Amino acid sequence: MSDPQKKFGKGARRVYRILIVICTLALILAVFMYYSYERNGMGMDSKYSELPKKEESNSIGIKKDSLTGFVVATGMQETINNCTNCHSAQLVTQNRMTREGWLATIRWMQESQNLWELGDNEPIILEYLSTYYAPEEKGRRAPLRDIEWYLFED
Amino acid sequence: MNRRGFIKKTTLATVTGAMGCDIVFGAAMPKGYMPLAFQNPDPFTLFHKDSEMVVLNNRPLNMEAKAHLLDDAITPNKYMFVRNNGLLPERIDGDTWKLTIDGESAVQAKSYSLKELREKFQQYTYQLTLECGGNGRSEFNPPAKGNQWTVGAVSCAQWTGIRLRDVLEDVGIKKTAVYVGYHAADVHLTRDPKKEPISRGVPIAKAMQEETLLAFAMNGKDIPLIHGYPLRLVAGGWPASASGKWINRLQIRDKEHDGAKMGGSSYRVPCNTVAPGTKVNEDQMCIIESMPVKSLITYPKTGAMLTKGRYLEVRGHTWAGEREVVKMEYSINFGATWTPCNLEKPVNRLAWQHFSAKIKFPKKGYYEVWAKATDSEGSSQPMLVPGWNPKGYLNNACHRIAVKIV
Repeated sequence: MSDPQKKFGKGARRVYRILIVICTLALILAVFMYYSYERNGMGMDSKYSELPKKEESNSIGIKKDSLTGFVVATGMQETINNCTNCHSAQLVTQNRMTREGWLATIRWMQESQNLWELGDNEPIILEYLSTYYAPEEKGRRAPLRDIEWYLFED
Repeated sequence: MNRRGFIKKTTLATVTGAMGCDIVFGAAMPKGYMPLAFQNPDPFTLFHKDSEMVVLNNRPLNMEAKAHLLDDAITPNKYMFVRNNGLLPERIDGDTWKLTIDGESAVQAKSYSLKELREKFQQYTYQLTLECGGNGRSEFNPPAKGNQWTVGAVSCAQWTGIRLRDVLEDVGIKKTAVYVGYHAADVHLTRDPKKEPISRGVPIAKAMQEETLLAFAMNGKDIPLIHGYPLRLVAGGWPASASGKWINRLQIRDKEHDGAKMGGSSYRVPCNTVAPGTKVNEDQMCIIESMPVKSLITYPKTGAMLTKGRYLEVRGHTWAGEREVVKMEYSINFGATWTPCNLEKPVNRLAWQHFSAKIKFPKKGYYEVWAKATDSEGSSQPMLVPGWNPKGYLNNACHRIAVKIV
């Protein structure tokens, strides 16, 4: 093989290697951008945007536990440990009560549903529930919300 | 424990853990059988429910429809709401299933196999409206405790079975009879065998109605497991909790039945109306009987955008517990004016009725179509959420859909 040919071959391999590096970097960048886009919620599909507005406004800066849906905050673990043995977390998270209301519910479960004494955990759980699952004023009838508009065709 | 047993048990435990709930038929599961739930861990596949149904609670399972899913004249299983109070029965075998009837006001205690019930008594088929007493609970203010149903905890399926009265008469009913209470095979959430998840029933007069059935079939097939296979009490027009699932015992009582969820504030409202948020003593709470007049726009789905000048066909169902709906109206101006809809008679007593209307919208803009039914006693649906009660029952406020003319 002549010298110029060798030189050309070497040059081609170098270009090839550089191309591989560039492509790999581009791929990593693309994956990174995709994930940050998803995380910002811009890539949410319509199914997720169906969440009630109430939840959305609540969720600003509030993290939810992926397994139970509970708001991640002090008292969550005590609540999971004591309140999801017989029924699902959803029975808790779909309800809104005052501290007094949550306490009455706990007492009712202790009297008739075999719930144990909560001991030192009781004030922790009550504080958690009455903070993150408190009633909101709804008025006598709320406006229609979360309407998914679609073009009507017969 | 041998190796095989250990593997079998740990596999089941692993599957159970992955599903987040217990496999109730785990013990009866054939060897090498991979439960459906593990392949696709959701109640939709297990119980053949449409993917648009909404799970409010997965233990106990509570699932409701959306208004537009209830468009069928007869509700198919896939769109029928589920309200469970406990866990599914551990074992169900139709061949060995027994129904025992006893109680203070039964002349004798008597048991029947399913075969005996089918062969001994004449069978009847009715379309019967079943609505959860708490349907619409999510709208109450202050909020009421429990599953936050919106509009979809109602159905009208075709039920086939024998008349409850025929069986009760075969056993013999004493003059002292007041109530019929049911007992069923479902399991309390705590798995405490001494506790029943729910044991309600109906007064003797309702039990003796022609349409009150002990049903074997729903929409022409065996009742689906989740809806009460193999035997369900069906008392149309009353809170659906009166229509017990997986029935294995009936008691003819000489007093109001006192089973689980008969007392306290369960399926009860204040005997005298109260201001929102009032604490009501238990002795001031009265049992809900017939459900109130109500309707649902099932077509089109809320959110329709139409080109100006177009007509919109709307349709839906209406029901009124023990009563019949005699007038159906709609409004597109927030109740300022009302226009009558076409209204069909029920196919039988206690079946929901169908309505339809052709609406023309005058100009561009945002509209709400409101539906209002009036029953045979002159009661209409309120526009606002009606009388507040501690557990949020009986919300029959008019249904609304949003429409935009563009």
